[in-house]
Amino acid sequence: MERLEYRVRGSETDEFGGAQEALVGVVGSGNLEVMIEPADLGGDCLAVIETSITGFGAIWQQVVEDFFARNRLGNVKVSINDGGATPAVVSLRLDQALAHLRERQA
Amino acid sequence: MDAFAKGRRGAERNTLARNYRERLARGAALADGKLVRTEDATALLEAVIEPGDRVCIEGNNQKHADFLSKALAAVSPERVHDLHIVQSNIALPSQLDIFESGIAHKLDFCYAGPQGLRLARLVGEGRVEVGAIHTYLELYSRYFTDLTPRVSLIAAEAADRNGNLYTGPNTEDTPAIVEATAFKSGALIAQVNRIVDEVPRVDVPGDWVSFVVQAPKPHYIEPIFTRDPAVITELQVLMAMMVIRGIYEKYGVTRLNHGIGFDTAAIELILPTYAEELGLRGKICRYMSVNPCPTLIPAIESGFIEGIHCAGSELGMERYVAEHSDVFFTGRDGSMRSNRVFCQLAGHYADLFIGSTLQIDLEGNSSTATHSRITGFGGAPNFGSESRGRRHGSESWLMAGREAQRGSHATMPRGRKLVVQIVETFHEGLASTFVERLDAWELKDSFNMPLPPVMVYGDDLTHIVTEEGIANLLLCDTLEEREQAIRGVAGYTPVGLKRDRAMVEKLRERGAVAYPEDLGVDKRLATRDLLAARSIKDLVRWSDGLYDPPARFRNW
Repeated sequence: MERLEYRVRGSETDEFGGAQEALVGVVGSGNLEVMIEPADLGGDCLAVIETSITGFGAIWQQVVEDFFARNRLGNVKVSINDGGATPAVVSLRLDQALAHLRERQA
Repeated sequence: MDAFAKGRRGAERNTLARNYRERLARGAALADGKLVRTEDATALLEAVIEPGDRVCIEGNNQKHADFLSKALAAVSPERVHDLHIVQSNIALPSQLDIFESGIAHKLDFCYAGPQGLRLARLVGEGRVEVGAIHTYLELYSRYFTDLTPRVSLIAAEAADRNGNLYTGPNTEDTPAIVEATAFKSGALIAQVNRIVDEVPRVDVPGDWVSFVVQAPKPHYIEPIFTRDPAVITELQVLMAMMVIRGIYEKYGVTRLNHGIGFDTAAIELILPTYAEELGLRGKICRYMSVNPCPTLIPAIESGFIEGIHCAGSELGMERYVAEHSDVFFTGRDGSMRSNRVFCQLAGHYADLFIGSTLQIDLEGNSSTATHSRITGFGGAPNFGSESRGRRHGSESWLMAGREAQRGSHATMPRGRKLVVQIVETFHEGLASTFVERLDAWELKDSFNMPLPPVMVYGDDLTHIVTEEGIANLLLCDTLEEREQAIRGVAGYTPVGLKRDRAMVEKLRERGAVAYPEDLGVDKRLATRDLLAARSIKDLVRWSDGLYDPPARFRNW
């Protein structure tokens, strides 16, 4: 197991203020569970990752930073339980979780 | 000298016809009419085949003349040796045994999937001299020029006493082999599963056939086109959604060829759900050149696919196909008629090819070659290439042509075939699909090939679809732009990480790179729930019980 944490400067937005968290996916081989929730982080974005496979920190950082930047997020926390998913599956889950969060907001 | 005398000397020179009569006479000594007893098969081959002959042992994608291949492996290398084998597929051990023993030496072929490793070893040891590795249409073409077989050993379902052959649904390469052999004074020997009084239909007329041998057991057929929907992933569903919106819907693709992987199976399985919801029935995917893959059943049943021509058959699909002669090409007897040449041609002149591959380089060249294996090509290069001889227009072909000529100084309008590779950025073992240099180069050097074995050339390729998005290479003006568009969909592979973000963003504005949100693809729908069938059992249900899957796919 490896625990990774990345905090990056986000946009000054409170897009999801008060919305209930969204959870997608399941922990399993090659799969992962992603929870996304609004958080008071002074505009920052935070990703906390628990993964069963060690040594891929650089790619995790790329994947979550791209996700935050692509969607111009701020004040958002993402928690990930990973069972060895490929970056592609991680990205898909992140996008699915965000779509659900937006749905709840609307 | 008068012309007539010259002509007569020509007739005397025709040793080919005389040689055929001699072979026939030697074989006839072992035959009762055209029929030769099973136990005399090897003796027949020793009598008919001469040293140095070009021989075709029918080996298709699925159907194999396995009994005659074994019989050939048992001939005396003193009597029969140094044969030049010209056959499309090498799949069985006996097909290479003859090179170990010196019965054969030279080989021209198309595909050696399961025997690729052993073939590479034999080439390395100098036991196999490879003439060339062809695509299907190239090898068949050479049957009619300089590689015409002197003897062909073919496989059929049944024969009557006059030698009329019934091939059943797996006709595959048979017509090409038979035509080239029988009409150039070559000997045609058929192994059949059974001898009958009257064949259900005549696929090969008896007067073309030299000898018939009944095999001790039915010829080998492999179910290689069955993809179990149970193992289709969400990423494959996502890519399928992008293909439907970003390519099929955009260009209005009606005539196409699908590869046989899980990626294309996913497309087939979301036609009745996703494409139906988008109102695309009747507008896309109407005519296909593809084997009768069971994953096509839901799309046929829901009225998407109106016509399918097949290169070969697929085990378990016999009854389903027979009941759908409005969709499939079937004989008067009710069973399917396949034909690889015509299917390849139909696919070559269709509007689109989509298939998968193992490696793609920065110019878009793709290859399935891996180190230490000689696998060859099969049919993908003929399907997956621009058809420069095409002249008729279609919505899709013309739109792609306009994109290709956009901004150029060309004054003569031309269309363009869509050639699509669908891949995940990483495949098994976290190996990157996108590479700076194809392994094919290494293979070329190791085996002294004239060219690296490339499956689809970059300049024939128009689109790359990954789980990240679609690169439209028609909209790239320079090699540099092409490289960045490819990097732009290469995700978190080393190739993808080296993208120039500003340039990719510029290409995205132009549409040369498109991500799901640009295509109107909602990622929330990318789940297995979108598949019209999620198991083999679902396919059986869709088929109303007509699809009869082979035992290995029955897990209920």
